[in-house]
Amino acid sequence: METNGPLAPYRVLDLTDESGFSCGKILADLGADVIKIEPPGGDAARFIGPFPGDRPDPGKSLYFISYNTGKRGITLNLEPQRGRDLFKRLAAQADFLIETYPPGTLERLGLGFETLRQQNPRLILVSITPFGQAGPYRDYKGSDLITMAMSGLMSLIGEPGKMPLRVSLPQSPMWAGMYAAAGALTAHYFRETANRGQHVDVSMQSSLLWALANGPAFWSTNRTVPTRGGSSVTGRSVTGARMRAIYECRDGYLNFIIYGGKAGRRSNQALVQWMSEQGLATESLLKKDWDRFSIETSTQAEIDEIEGPTAKLFLRYTKSEFLEQAFKREMLGYPVANARDILDDPHLNDREFWRTADESWLGQPVRFPGIFARFSETSPSTFRPSPSIGQHNSEIYGAELGLSESDIVRLRGEKVI
Amino acid sequence: MSEASPKSALAGIRVVEFAVFAAGPVVGKHLGEHGAEVIRVESHASPDGFRVHYPPFKENRPGLERGGSYALFNDQKLGVTLDLKQPKAVPLARRLVAKADVVIENFAQGVMDRLGLGYSALRELKPDIIVLSSCNQGQTGRRAAQRGFGSQLTSMSGFTHLTGYGPGEAPMLLYGPYVDFVAVGFGFIAVLAALDYRRRTGKGQHVDLSQYEAGIQFLTPVLLDTQLNRRVHNPLGNRDPRGAPHGVYRCKGDDRWCAIVVFTDEEWAAFCRAVEKPEWVNDSRFANAESRKIHEDELDQAIADWTSQFDAGDVMARLQAAGVRAGIVDSVADLFSCPQLAHREQWVKLDHPEFGSYEHLAPPFLLSETPAELRRSSPCLGEHNDYVFEKILGLSQEEIQQLKDEGVIA
Repeated sequence: METNGPLAPYRVLDLTDESGFSCGKILADLGADVIKIEPPGGDAARFIGPFPGDRPDPGKSLYFISYNTGKRGITLNLEPQRGRDLFKRLAAQADFLIETYPPGTLERLGLGFETLRQQNPRLILVSITPFGQAGPYRDYKGSDLITMAMSGLMSLIGEPGKMPLRVSLPQSPMWAGMYAAAGALTAHYFRETANRGQHVDVSMQSSLLWALANGPAFWSTNRTVPTRGGSSVTGRSVTGARMRAIYECRDGYLNFIIYGGKAGRRSNQALVQWMSEQGLATESLLKKDWDRFSIETSTQAEIDEIEGPTAKLFLRYTKSEFLEQAFKREMLGYPVANARDILDDPHLNDREFWRTADESWLGQPVRFPGIFARFSETSPSTFRPSPSIGQHNSEIYGAELGLSESDIVRLRGEKVI
Repeated sequence: MSEASPKSALAGIRVVEFAVFAAGPVVGKHLGEHGAEVIRVESHASPDGFRVHYPPFKENRPGLERGGSYALFNDQKLGVTLDLKQPKAVPLARRLVAKADVVIENFAQGVMDRLGLGYSALRELKPDIIVLSSCNQGQTGRRAAQRGFGSQLTSMSGFTHLTGYGPGEAPMLLYGPYVDFVAVGFGFIAVLAALDYRRRTGKGQHVDLSQYEAGIQFLTPVLLDTQLNRRVHNPLGNRDPRGAPHGVYRCKGDDRWCAIVVFTDEEWAAFCRAVEKPEWVNDSRFANAESRKIHEDELDQAIADWTSQFDAGDVMARLQAAGVRAGIVDSVADLFSCPQLAHREQWVKLDHPEFGSYEHLAPPFLLSETPAELRRSSPCLGEHNDYVFEKILGLSQEEIQQLKDEGVIA
């Protein structure tokens, strides 16, 4: 087994802020050498909370840290000509460049794709913006909430009639970063056959369209518009029946729903069995022929009849008891977990999912999510904390780019690095 | 039948899918968008769930070829039928794998092994095969074999808990199997990374993707905060600790809303000018970021009073013209007339025998040299049996007919 991951030979320059820094993180998890380039003073995202002990510190923004582990870090001011020249030298040796500037910024700096590819025709430039490099909204300003709204996702979250909702943790940058990594690697596959790079234009709004699941299918199929259902699901039966998915349990909530098909039949039978052990199954549920039940044509009355005793049953169990029972009984449901539940989940320990940073960095051992998938031929790269501001300046500008100690001192003096 | 132009980035790759619903099949769709030849294996005995028990159906009438979700998730593929319960079907499936580069499966852990199609068996046939196994909780660990769906797994992965109107209020569902689609993106990435590794080393491999672990990647900041600050995050409606206003505001019309975000005092000044409320700039309740957070209820009310007089689109255009972050809460219908998405040719109409014309979703990234080509709508069940079994596997017409008669290709 090879260490350091499937993308070990490649170098990535990462000029992103919080709107796209997860892309470089994903490539670093795959073993690529990702160099985060920050302006002198550091990425503004270093000031996004929370911080350990709620004490702001640019080295300890938990938001920044989350998506910059595994990277090396240098500082570079792209405004002075000398900074741009230095950047070109770095770009000449890079396989990928990821950036999140407003469209047109790199061109204004004289560092547009056409310029960079002249010296490095194999370069893949990945640009991540709220709406893309061209089009009527290309200059619109975005943020997580804005693109969550404009992707249609919010229209599908929340109580009917009440305010549409987002998730209370930015999701747009994660979707965009993920699809940016996919776009980069699609372009990379082509580069290795055609020997030339290309420009990958990633839109955050477009990336989120996949978070809508089958929502767009309702419009494409019948010109109907799916709407939000609160804690119930609609659109699973042609009768329009609403199906409850969130149930209260002893210490929180569960997500359980009646399913159709073979898997649903087994799950529904197990539910009634469990009810009956607890003395909650109604006569008609005990007699129900699940082989003939079809979720896609079920009626509201039929659903309500199942949901009543289900709610009573689940109130008797905790989240973890439910999970254990659901697993044992082959029922289709999971708890509504919070961060603590996830950190305490023994299944993730079985899989050695977490990577632990020792206490020298953040004052206590801290567990970070492991890589998103296991590759049988490579082991994940060694855990590397997110870089401090300019941490690898000497290593990268000196040893790797060949600048002398005095050059580096001078560039520092000129506030280029 | 491989119509991919040589300019497609992934031309020449052949993918076989033993997959159901979304988490596996949408990875195949993405590979197909850039020219991979993707063969979807199904059967009449066990058609995809999106064909049979999930609306929408064309004109609300269920039918094997009338499922809208299937159509959305399976364009760019060839469809074949093999009833894997028939003894003669598995050897055919294995022959197909021997001609492939990538296999995608998203059954519960153990199912492929029991069919004789697990990674170790497939590697015997094709030593450099890449197999993506995507399941709820991964191939190992105490709950590896647990069956489940993304709509519930989204809750165990932490997203539902973070979605709601405020702390102490019931969690709200994200729409559909959110985490399945997170796993789709990561599965797509994993296949591409494994393809590069194979190109360099000649080795295939098995990729074990836990949809749960994929989802957790999107939540890292709260996991760190919980460890370091002993805090469990709760939903905040649409508010954000970084600034105010930060929310969606009701506009004219039925269920019309506009999102507005202001972080800095400069942006606030620009906002006040744009909405012609210069007095707000000096209003002590709203004068700086900190006071706006303290008086956020009043602030939200004042802004909603203003937005409710206008169309959401006008609010967005006016604020964006002033450099303020604003965006319509698009309905699903709005997405099909959004000028930005239209500019990116996000929806591609293709003909389909049952749907007539159907709008397919193009990828979220545009490649300058090798643009995606959406050229084939989702396959009808078994539509490409003759092509695949004759041209790829080299069976004769007679053999194919016999296998159909025997219920193997069925």
